[in-house]
This record gives sequence, C-alpha cells and structure tokens, in this order.
Amino acid sequence: MGNKRIYQLKKAMCALILLSVSALCGCGSTEKGVNGQVIVYNWGEYIDPETIRMFEEEYGIKVIYDEFETNESMYPKVESGAVAYDIACPSDYMISRMIQNGMLSELDYSKMPNVKKNIGAQYFEQSKGFDPDNKYAVPYCWGTVGILYNKTMVEEPITRWEQLWDETYADNILMQDSVRDAFMVAEKLNGNSMNTLDPEELEAAKDLLIEQKPLIQAYVVDQVRDKMIGGEAAIGVIYSGEAIYTQRENPDLVYVIPEEGTNVWIDSWVILKNAPNKENAEKFIDFMCREDIALMNFDYITYSTPNEAARELIEDEAIRNSEIAFPDLSQYDNMETYIYLGEEGDSLYNELWKEVKAY
Amino acid sequence: MTSKSKWLSAPYLLWSAVFIIIPLGMVFFYGLTDKTGAFTLDNILAITTAGHAKSLRLALLLSLASTIVCFLLAYPLAMILANMKVKRHNFIILIFILPMWMNFLLRTLAWQTLLEKNGVINHVLSFFHLPALKIINTPAAIILGMVYNFLPFMILPLYNALAKIDTNVINAAHDLGANHFYTFIRIILPLSIPGIISGITMVFIPALTTFVISSLLGGGKLLLIGDVIEQEFTRISNWHLGSGLSMVLMIFILINMVLSSIFDKEGEGSML
Repeated sequence: MGNKRIYQLKKAMCALILLSVSALCGCGSTEKGVNGQVIVYNWGEYIDPETIRMFEEEYGIKVIYDEFETNESMYPKVESGAVAYDIACPSDYMISRMIQNGMLSELDYSKMPNVKKNIGAQYFEQSKGFDPDNKYAVPYCWGTVGILYNKTMVEEPITRWEQLWDETYADNILMQDSVRDAFMVAEKLNGNSMNTLDPEELEAAKDLLIEQKPLIQAYVVDQVRDKMIGGEAAIGVIYSGEAIYTQRENPDLVYVIPEEGTNVWIDSWVILKNAPNKENAEKFIDFMCREDIALMNFDYITYSTPNEAARELIEDEAIRNSEIAFPDLSQYDNMETYIYLGEEGDSLYNELWKEVKAY
Repeated sequence: MTSKSKWLSAPYLLWSAVFIIIPLGMVFFYGLTDKTGAFTLDNILAITTAGHAKSLRLALLLSLASTIVCFLLAYPLAMILANMKVKRHNFIILIFILPMWMNFLLRTLAWQTLLEKNGVINHVLSFFHLPALKIINTPAAIILGMVYNFLPFMILPLYNALAKIDTNVINAAHDLGANHFYTFIRIILPLSIPGIISGITMVFIPALTTFVISSLLGGGKLLLIGDVIEQEFTRISNWHLGSGLSMVLMIFILINMVLSSIFDKEGEGSML
C-alpha cells in the first residue's frame, strides 16, 4: 500500500506549509522580528510555550518552533535540509551521529555567558561521552530510564530489572516499545554494555526478551504513564522525567533506578552547521540557560534540569532534593549513556528487535 | 464537447498525478532499490523471512476472520434494511454511519478504554459479580476493532445490492413454488453477489493493511504486516524495505480487484 509513504510525505508537507505560513504571517504583521528569526526543532511537549513568547518579546526575534517525536524521525528531516533549522534538541547518541556526519556547528561560549555559568560542570563531563570536547552540545534535560511500580500491586519492593522476568507479575508488566531501551534492560541484566555489538551478547539479550514476552501486558511508549496512573499494570519501564508527574497523579507509584544499572541520557541544544540565523540561535540557547527560564521549563515539563542555578530556585524542597529528579549519579558505577552504533549496528539492533516483536 | 470534458478532467488528472501516480512511483522506486540506489529485489523477497512471513500470515488470518464476522453481521441487517420503509431505513443507516463522523483513532482508543483490565466493561461486569473480560492485547481484541471500524463498509454495499433486487423477481419465485429458503439461495444471494464482493473488498483491504488497530488493541505484541511497514518508515527509517513490503501487499489488493471486476461487472456494488 502506498499510503504509508504518502503519510510521510503528508507529514513533511504539512510541516512545510505550516512553516511557510507562519513565516509569511510573520512577514505580514509587525514581526519577522526586528532582529530576524530563529528556527527551533525540539521534542514535542518539551518546553514552556511562555518562555518562547518571552524570548520573542525581549530580543525582538521571531521564533519558528517545530516539534519531533523521536530522534530517528528528526534526523532525516534535518539531514535533507528541507527546512533550514537553526537549533535542534536531540539525545546523546543522535548527537554523536550528527557530529560524525558533520552536521553541527561549533559553539562559541563567549557569546552565551549563561551556559557555563548555570549548567553544572558534571553534565558537561557526562556529555563528553558523545561530544568529547564539549564543542557542540549544551545540556537541556537529562534523566535515567527506570522502573515505575505500583506498591499496592507488588509483593515486595521492585529494585532490579530481573524482577521484570518474575512470573508472579505476568500480564502486569509494561515494556518500552523502543529498540535501544528494550535491549538496554536485557543487556544490563546480563551484565553487558548497552552499547554492545558483540553478536553473542546481542543474541543472549534477544533470547531474554523473547523469554519475557509472554509476561508482558503491552509494549508501549508514552502510554506507560497513563496506564500506570490508571492502575492498569503493576510494573512499567519509564523515563525518570515522567516519575514526578505520575506520582502527583497516583501516590501509590514508586520510581526506582534498578540495581543492575541503567541508561543516563542527556538531551542537548545544538546549532546546525548550515544554520541561517546563527547569532539568534546563540541568543536563544543562552536565554534557555537563564535560571528563571530554565526553572519555568522545569516546572512545566518536570524533566530534570542540568541548570544548577535554576535548581537552587525550586521552591518545593522535596522536589529540589528529590532523588528521582536529581539522583546523585556518583553513587552508581554501572550507568551508561547510549552511543551511536553506526548504520550497521543500528540495523542489527532493529533486526533483532523485530524478531522479538514478531515472535 | 470532447475538448470541454478534457478541460474539465484536468484537475482530476493533476490530482491523480500528484497524489497517486507520483507517490506510487516513489514506492516502486524505493521498493526496487537499495540504500546505494542500485536495483534489487531483496526488499520484496524479504517477505519470505520468518518474521515478515509470520506477520503477513497473521494479518491475513485476522483480516479474513474480521471480514467473515462483518459479513455474517451485515447480511441479515442489510436484508432487514432493504425490506423496510424508506423513512425508517434512512434513520437506521444514519445510526450505522454516525460513528464514522468521529475520528478513527479516537474510536479505536475508546475501545482500549472499554476493554482494559480496569476498563469500563470490566467495571460493569465486576459490579454484577461476573468474571472479567480478558481480551485486550489479544488477537480477539484486534478482530473486534476491525469489525467495529469496518462494519459500515460491509453494510452499505450489501444494502445497495439488495435494495436493487426487483421485488417482482422474488414474488415470481414464490409464485413458482419456491419456499423462502430456496428463494434466498437461488434468487437473492446470487443477485447480491456484486454487493458481497465489494463489501469484502472494502473490509478486507483496510483490515489487511491496518497498523493502528493492532498497535492500540494488540499491545504491540502482535506484529501485523502493516505494523512492520509502519515501523520501517517511522522508526527504522529503512524506506526501501518498507516500500518493498508494501508492494507485496499490493499483490493481494490486485487479486482482490481482479475478483471484484469478475463478479461485479456493472459496478453495482460500488457505493459511497
């Protein structure tokens, strides 16, 4: 059927039309911004819209804002250059892929004073995993992948990935429906690296996931949140950023970082190589690192901020010192960040994941 | 006259070129090339790998099952409708079309909420101390979703075909001594075949290619061929394999179209 392809085209076209319409409107009315514009490509639901309005007002720069759903869908769009984005906000492993393919532009920190002033040094240290000289990426949000469980539905506290293979919880487990996160769980359980390309280790991880399949209620992505809040399942694999929100909605839920270790991820602002509005892009990133703005964004999206100055400003002490929002990573020695595995590595993982899903 | 009608058809030609021919051409282009742009049949032959073949089998099985269920539900209803007075049957048809005014995704999501473990249906059942319904994330839930979403596409062509049967033909059959059963087997059923074929097409093809219903009601545990194709495009970004597998699906659609052109020569069952 041709309509999958058409759907893709349609999505691209809609985005284009929306962009050009918004650009046109910008020209027609007072703005294109006295000082021009900046085109931002960010995750969906990943910013407080008010901060964009404030930026436009303060700098006289029109922000054209576009959203993506996954790193994998973001990449081809930026690569094709159909829209000349200035700024994107990909995750670690995707940033290393973009660096390798020469798609990013080096940052000039002297033009962005808030960056080094407010972002904690340890996050730049962490970023070296995918951006060795800290030349390209400014951390925006970070977190871990862990287990969310409903304490009224389990017999003992959940602390290890191993318990996702416990038959007592058959039909009560929600697994992430994304290749890297699913394999990460199995690889960590086997004591391997989540970036392994060793065929035997991968095969073992695949077998483990197939073994787990009968116990799984569903493979989902964003729905883990709603299903856990609704008490639909006892255990779910989830991003730490969702933990605060879900606990607010359902106090029986507990988030844990599994003992076997897990993934630490960082989403960062990057400026693209061919950015048409590089100076405005620098101003935008600098603005996003300002402590009051970072705080607004933290309150809105509840994902952990690497902005130390903003964290100081959080009024609720319980959240400021929350082990979930701001875990002390130095106490873990088995955390890892995803790295880009290359095209062959990617398709190897995808093939194995398909085998699991189709099993 | 002919030149005028040529001009009138220009927008349609443009439309079909831009939205049908070109995209189809792109599917074929992607399906028959690999990443380097060289010609290959691998993307099409990939259907024979165990995982893909299993997904195709499952998709065929589920869409066949839901087509049969749709047919069994729709045929009696279409007969009742065809024998009704005009005013009342319009109302009943409206009732069946009414859900289609809502978004397809929303309707399927609603079934998820209904069927979930702590869903609406199970709440009602537990209120009456009845055993819980456990069909969410199973093939049964997918079939239910397909039947629910595609049933109107079976009813309408059947109704169209049945309503066109001249009552005099049926009366003549009765006069000549055929009882109700024989009239049905020898007269009504054969005359409604165009409607049956077009109803089957309208249900079977969308059911075969769906990926939304299976991922929402199947919990991502049952991979239909539509899901495989969707993931090749949105997550794995291997458009070549996705297009190749789409071309395999086109074969089934072509078979279906050939069948319907054989049985439905006058386009009687065509509807909507």
